[in-house]
Amino acid sequence: MEFTLSEERRMLAETAARYLRERYPLELRHANAARAEGFSPAQWREMAELGLVAALLPPEAGGLGGAGADIALVFEHLGRALVVEPFLATGVLGATPLWRLGGPEAGALLESAAAGATLLALAHGEPEGRYAPAHVATTAREGAAGWRLAGRKAVVLNGDAAARLVVSARVSGALTDEDGLALFLVEAGAPGLTRRGYGTVEGGRAAEITLEDCPAAPLGAPGTAFPVIEEVLARACLALSAEVLGLAETAKGITLEHMRTRKQFGRPIGQFQALQHRMVEMVLEIEQLRSAVMLAAARLGAPRRERERAVSAAKNLAGRVGRLVAEECIQIHGGIGMTWEHALPHYAKRLVMIDHLFGDSDHHLARFRDLGMAG
Amino acid sequence: MDLDLSPGEAAFRDEVRAWLAAALPARIRDKVRAQKRLTKADHEAWHALLAGRGWLCLHWPRALGGAGFTPVQKHIFEAEMVAADAPRIVPFGPNMLGPVLIEFGTAAQKAHCLPRILSGADWWCQGYSEPGAGSDLASLATRAVREGDHYIVNGQKTWTTLGHHANAMFALVRTDPAAPKPQQGISFLLIDMASPGVEVRPIVTLDGEHEVNEVWLTDVRVPVENLVGRENDGWTVAKYLLGFERTGLAGTAFSRQGFEHLKRIARIEQADGRPLAEDPAFSLRMAEVEIDLMAMDVFNLRMVSAANAGEAIGPEASLIKIKGTELRQRITDLLRRAVGPYAMPFVPEAFDEGYNDAPIGPGHAAPLARQYFNMRKLSIYGGSNEIQKNIVAKTMLGL
Repeated sequence: MEFTLSEERRMLAETAARYLRERYPLELRHANAARAEGFSPAQWREMAELGLVAALLPPEAGGLGGAGADIALVFEHLGRALVVEPFLATGVLGATPLWRLGGPEAGALLESAAAGATLLALAHGEPEGRYAPAHVATTAREGAAGWRLAGRKAVVLNGDAAARLVVSARVSGALTDEDGLALFLVEAGAPGLTRRGYGTVEGGRAAEITLEDCPAAPLGAPGTAFPVIEEVLARACLALSAEVLGLAETAKGITLEHMRTRKQFGRPIGQFQALQHRMVEMVLEIEQLRSAVMLAAARLGAPRRERERAVSAAKNLAGRVGRLVAEECIQIHGGIGMTWEHALPHYAKRLVMIDHLFGDSDHHLARFRDLGMAG
Repeated sequence: MDLDLSPGEAAFRDEVRAWLAAALPARIRDKVRAQKRLTKADHEAWHALLAGRGWLCLHWPRALGGAGFTPVQKHIFEAEMVAADAPRIVPFGPNMLGPVLIEFGTAAQKAHCLPRILSGADWWCQGYSEPGAGSDLASLATRAVREGDHYIVNGQKTWTTLGHHANAMFALVRTDPAAPKPQQGISFLLIDMASPGVEVRPIVTLDGEHEVNEVWLTDVRVPVENLVGRENDGWTVAKYLLGFERTGLAGTAFSRQGFEHLKRIARIEQADGRPLAEDPAFSLRMAEVEIDLMAMDVFNLRMVSAANAGEAIGPEASLIKIKGTELRQRITDLLRRAVGPYAMPFVPEAFDEGYNDAPIGPGHAAPLARQYFNMRKLSIYGGSNEIQKNIVAKTMLGL
């Protein structure tokens, strides 16, 4: 048993913390989110130069880390500062299939992605698919001029700004079969690709994507991509669970400060036991989540069932704890917690909306149960 | 970061497991497994076996006859004990008074008491709570008045666990009622239960069991050499002891064992023509508890690991106590619900050794409602969970 961080990870944590503390105040974050791209390309490149994107990838993919503990560490820090830059879309969702399924141009593309020069996105979920990981109606057909895709993709994170899209499609099988799935690389300017970008509730960007006879390059052998899709989702769920942890830590800190300074009935509201106990319950659940994130990070390289159970446990707890912390922190703040001007509600919104990505707490609870029964 | 046991830790676990498999008498193991009542002799026999191996007093240094375990070793040992269906170590002498005497006791107290805890010559009980002093322990009213070389003690202690087996009690008593703060007038005394004026009366708890007692103290004469620490400084001693008490309160090994038991029962019990484990609602309740248990396990290991590295465990112990006890209670709740109507029969004699009648309903059902009600104590004792929240709010959050 060993819970201390390695020297490399300690330095990574310090780098991330220092940059975000000194260069990423909340006003700037809001300004970045309000840009057309939904983030600041300049700050994205700065953070990439510090190695924060490369930390999400293993050395064989041009990265500097890539283990569960690296992903958890980076995303906890991103959560603490409510970062909107496209770490998840590029460093996890887009880069993982390129790393796993290779292909001739993968090496250069991964290098460019890790350097902050090329934005990636994963177009996997579909309008009717909700959270089912193998639900893919988009079709892929091979013709004389190569592969062509047709279908629709839903809520593609940073899909409007990405230069390359990793797109899932079906080459065979029924709508939710795990067999018959393939991943493809699609250029942003490809004919037949339509993207409708939009802002999301908590300040990010996403896109609805339509593919009509759209040319695409296969990643790996078409038909066998499901294990990679599952791994990509596992890494994303770990990243988001760790982000919830960081968000919750900051929301807790803001709320504690409010409890120490806000006075009613002639004393700080933090002296009221009803509020103290609610805060302690939050602290306790945050520690539970921290433990679940550690476990999922440690099991990211484990055999499939063990990995998936630990990841679903973490994402389930992240959903429950995120909602609890968001609701309780708003409640303890009272009216001021309802305003756009205050910092807290922006954390609360991200805390809640993460539950809508890659499976909510109910989805992962059922998945955790089903994986347990299989063994 | 590594959540798995190191080779050295795994070797220690194997050593403990092998010894338990060989040393734990099957008769006692079967009683624990079936949740039957253990007699005083059962406890004493098991303590003697542990003491013979040097594993009775886990906290104590080896030079004093203890196991000298590191926090990680202690954690592994306790988990193996639970998994082997061994009786838990009755904590009052080995885990509570022993460490207090090692820290605060006089040379004479150590020389007299420690060997007698190891040999089983003394069975200690804890005289803390009073009818008027529960969560507000410092308001305790039992009086000790110095008269020559004795204290004369008058008062009433309550919730004295296994006090009916004990021949000795460590107690908090008020020696200075005029002290400016209630915590300042308290002393820590060792009381011989055979002294005139000591009367033990049973309290039957809601499950029909006799585990706790009232202890009435009327003009009990206690020699002054039985004072531990300084007069009026008993609160310091009590707080030190509390630290040892709380470390064991997470009970993750019990939760894990209870959950495995729940899984077995849920595969046997039928609901709507299929195993309860496949019932849509019940299976999700089980899954949620299991997720919380997995996280709790890691949370507990983080604390054990920090303690192993020599870090002081402060209010985190309170967090562990709250979550650990809530989880154990949730599991006993699901266990009771798992057996449906067969949670109802109340046949107290079925838990005595030698009862051989066929059980009413499935054999696994009989102890579950009793256990559920008994386990309500977890969130009350050792500082109620609300008191723990007060501690966290004050010391960890600065509120």
